[in-house]
Amino acid sequence: MRVRFRIWRQDNARVKGGFRDYEVDGLNEDMSLLEALDHLNEQLVLRDEKVVAFEYDCREGICGQCGVFVNGRAHGPHANMTTCQLHLRSFADGDTITIEPWRAAAFPVIKDLIVDRSAFDRIIRQGGYISAKTGTAPEANAIPVGKEVADRAMDAAACIGCGACVATCKNSSAALFTAAKINHLNTLPQGKPEQHRRVSDMVQQMEEEGFGHCSFTGACEVECPEGISVANIAEMNARYLKAKLFG
Amino acid sequence: MKKLNAKIPEGKLEEKWRNYQLRSKLINPANKKKLNVIVVGSGLSGAGAAATLAELGYDVQCFCYQDSARRAHSVAAQGGINAAKNYQHDGDSVWRMFYDTLKGGDFRSREANTYRLAELSAPLIDHFTQQGVPFAREYGGVLVNRSFGGVQVQRTFYARGQTGQQLLLAAYAQLYKMIRAEKVTMHTRTEMLDLVLVDGKARGIIARNLVTGEIQRYAADAVVLATGGYSRVFRLSTLAIGCNGSAIWKAHKRGALFAAPSFTQIHPTALPQSSEAQSKLTLMSESLRNDGRIWVPKRKDDPRRANDIPEDERDYYLERRYPSFGNLAPRDIASRAAKERIDAGHGVGRLKNAVYLDFRHAIERFGLDTIRDRYGNLFTMYRKITGVDAYREPMQISPAAHFSMGGLWVDYELMTTIPGLYAIGECNFSDHGANRLGANSLLQASVDGYFILPNTINNYLAAELGAEQITTDHPAFAEVEEEVRAHINRILNVNGHKTVDHFHRELGKVMWRECAMSRTRLGLERAIRQIESIREDFWSSVKVTGTGEELNPELEKALRLANFLELGLLMCTDALQREESCGAHFREEYQTEEGEALRVDEDYGYVSAWEYADGTFKLHREELHFEFVQPTVRSYK
Repeated sequence: MRVRFRIWRQDNARVKGGFRDYEVDGLNEDMSLLEALDHLNEQLVLRDEKVVAFEYDCREGICGQCGVFVNGRAHGPHANMTTCQLHLRSFADGDTITIEPWRAAAFPVIKDLIVDRSAFDRIIRQGGYISAKTGTAPEANAIPVGKEVADRAMDAAACIGCGACVATCKNSSAALFTAAKINHLNTLPQGKPEQHRRVSDMVQQMEEEGFGHCSFTGACEVECPEGISVANIAEMNARYLKAKLFG
Repeated sequence: MKKLNAKIPEGKLEEKWRNYQLRSKLINPANKKKLNVIVVGSGLSGAGAAATLAELGYDVQCFCYQDSARRAHSVAAQGGINAAKNYQHDGDSVWRMFYDTLKGGDFRSREANTYRLAELSAPLIDHFTQQGVPFAREYGGVLVNRSFGGVQVQRTFYARGQTGQQLLLAAYAQLYKMIRAEKVTMHTRTEMLDLVLVDGKARGIIARNLVTGEIQRYAADAVVLATGGYSRVFRLSTLAIGCNGSAIWKAHKRGALFAAPSFTQIHPTALPQSSEAQSKLTLMSESLRNDGRIWVPKRKDDPRRANDIPEDERDYYLERRYPSFGNLAPRDIASRAAKERIDAGHGVGRLKNAVYLDFRHAIERFGLDTIRDRYGNLFTMYRKITGVDAYREPMQISPAAHFSMGGLWVDYELMTTIPGLYAIGECNFSDHGANRLGANSLLQASVDGYFILPNTINNYLAAELGAEQITTDHPAFAEVEEEVRAHINRILNVNGHKTVDHFHRELGKVMWRECAMSRTRLGLERAIRQIESIREDFWSSVKVTGTGEELNPELEKALRLANFLELGLLMCTDALQREESCGAHFREEYQTEEGEALRVDEDYGYVSAWEYADGTFKLHREELHFEFVQPTVRSYK
């Protein structure tokens, strides 16, 4: 199988980038897209060129480190999937595949396809936790949590922090990411004592990082590899209002 | 070198950890502030340790090579975490869990360590529940359990098929809580390249900023390695692509003994390799074996589709060979049994390298909804990767390199043979012996980081309070930094004609052929010669483009592979020296008539701890004394 990659190359954050085309042969449809990029990189090394820098780690859809725009869609042509789970069988022989980094002011490009998503860590830092020191926990079954509640918390907690929601949003909003963490913790009884402070501080940090506002297009939930529902954002907004009124 | 002292506390098994804590030296909170600890790795053990040490008052610096602490490969553990809560009222206890783990490891671990692992498991579930881990619950609100391999009780707690992710995110959140409190400084995209010793004690690290390429020095009063497993030495494994053995290998070369390097676990249920270009083998959780049944066609090279093969022409070989544990036989045994069937010509799939994992009976019995509730995300993952709907036809699975039981030798305090250097989580050798039971990995990483290290490191640091303050201006830092720079330049200057991946594939093939599920003297001797020649070729023909002063993924890979090429040699050396079969270490020369592992306790009832001696390896032995249980023939029949 043969494809033409059109890939964003940019040496670092200070210089301008641009697309470059690479013809790659000797591929097969069982290869993942990232394996095809590995293959391209080996050829580049042998041609004495610098490799394409792109992110990956687990290559099984859970670490959240990979993530690029493929033919204009976050994580490629399928809904609810990570880039590493995308295989060449989704493309035809001879296709041109355009690959570019996440585009968002809050995610500056570091090199080629790699962006800086540390803004997400700083949102978590502002309250995406339960303040409980090691050694202070009560017996696990002492506080019952109904299955529906635990399932709802888990649905939100499944977020892998890849940033596709931001990248695909026309406003570059991080509302889905932030809402998922707030709702995960605020749904559980263990998260209640800090619920108001959590939602206020995390939302404030989200705004300070330069993410845009949510205008409820629902684009994020389509690309979210975990299928986290946009309803989470409405829930976060309600929690935010409550925190401002009663917090 | 002096005799290995594991520092096992006195007393009955159930009193040892308490006795240890009663006697260990304490440091008052005002003094803890003055002590600086480096934690390398931000996975479940590293993040847990960094957060807890910071809560106690130490000043902590934490490092990871990824863009965020949340990416560490603990995230990928699917099935669950064991704890002796006995919530299911099925006869579980700390003692039983201890015994299952010791037996699961084929009696090649310390009684005291293994007991402590079981003892601390119950409070760990309390801890994670309080931190907001959404463990699976009954409708009435209490926690649910399921079974895992090698065990006849239900003691595994889980959060769908994403347990590792949920535990890691809890640890990551606690880490960021302490970053907010300005007690932890986090260094992401920073990789440790060497360890700095001053007067024989661990005093810091040399690291590379992976974005700028800058070589940096960090000093501390103690260094904790929490860098995970090294099964990427096989190249194809269930590990993340970036997982590596560099930190522990550098520590080993600086004097830390490396224990049981050849004890590496091959997981029975990963997705089979489909081509040479493949970079990774995806794991399918062992929990699937709770309800899935493993089989191969009785007829060799059967061309029929799985669903067309009638019931009486299927060989449920695990149920046949191990009737009491069946599909929940431990991993080493299940992997070997799969290999035996595949080698005998019963393999399935395009490359005939897989076996079936079938849910048909489970779906008939419990209904589709229940199976979807239990394993939904795993079935979805399977479909995304293979394009196949496993609710309709069986999964195809195959053994893959997975966990390293081996690692840096540590004593009861988790300290290596270098004073002030600790190893926690998968990168040490402590609790799992020659084979790890499913759902004990998250457990060990967590208790090491949260509960054990924060209660042992004080015993060392108390004496360091009055010691001379070492800064990065000390000549030892300049010396190691120079060696690191020279090593990088040497790799960049080879300028050969073969890629790093080429050498990694070559190494992986040798390791998989000779040092994986079954090993022989001849094969291991051959492997050692082959690895030496791959290594020579690497240093004369590798090509790395770009420079050291920029983000350079090829250079990162080359530096890691250079260490794997040495570690592979040690693994084969260890496997060759151990002339017995135990757990995951199966020497073909040592098996029973039925093809089961034949342990030789009289000659090999010890932990092998290897010293690096200028390119060769010298064996030290830590004899294993079984005071409380008698090692028996490990049977799951």
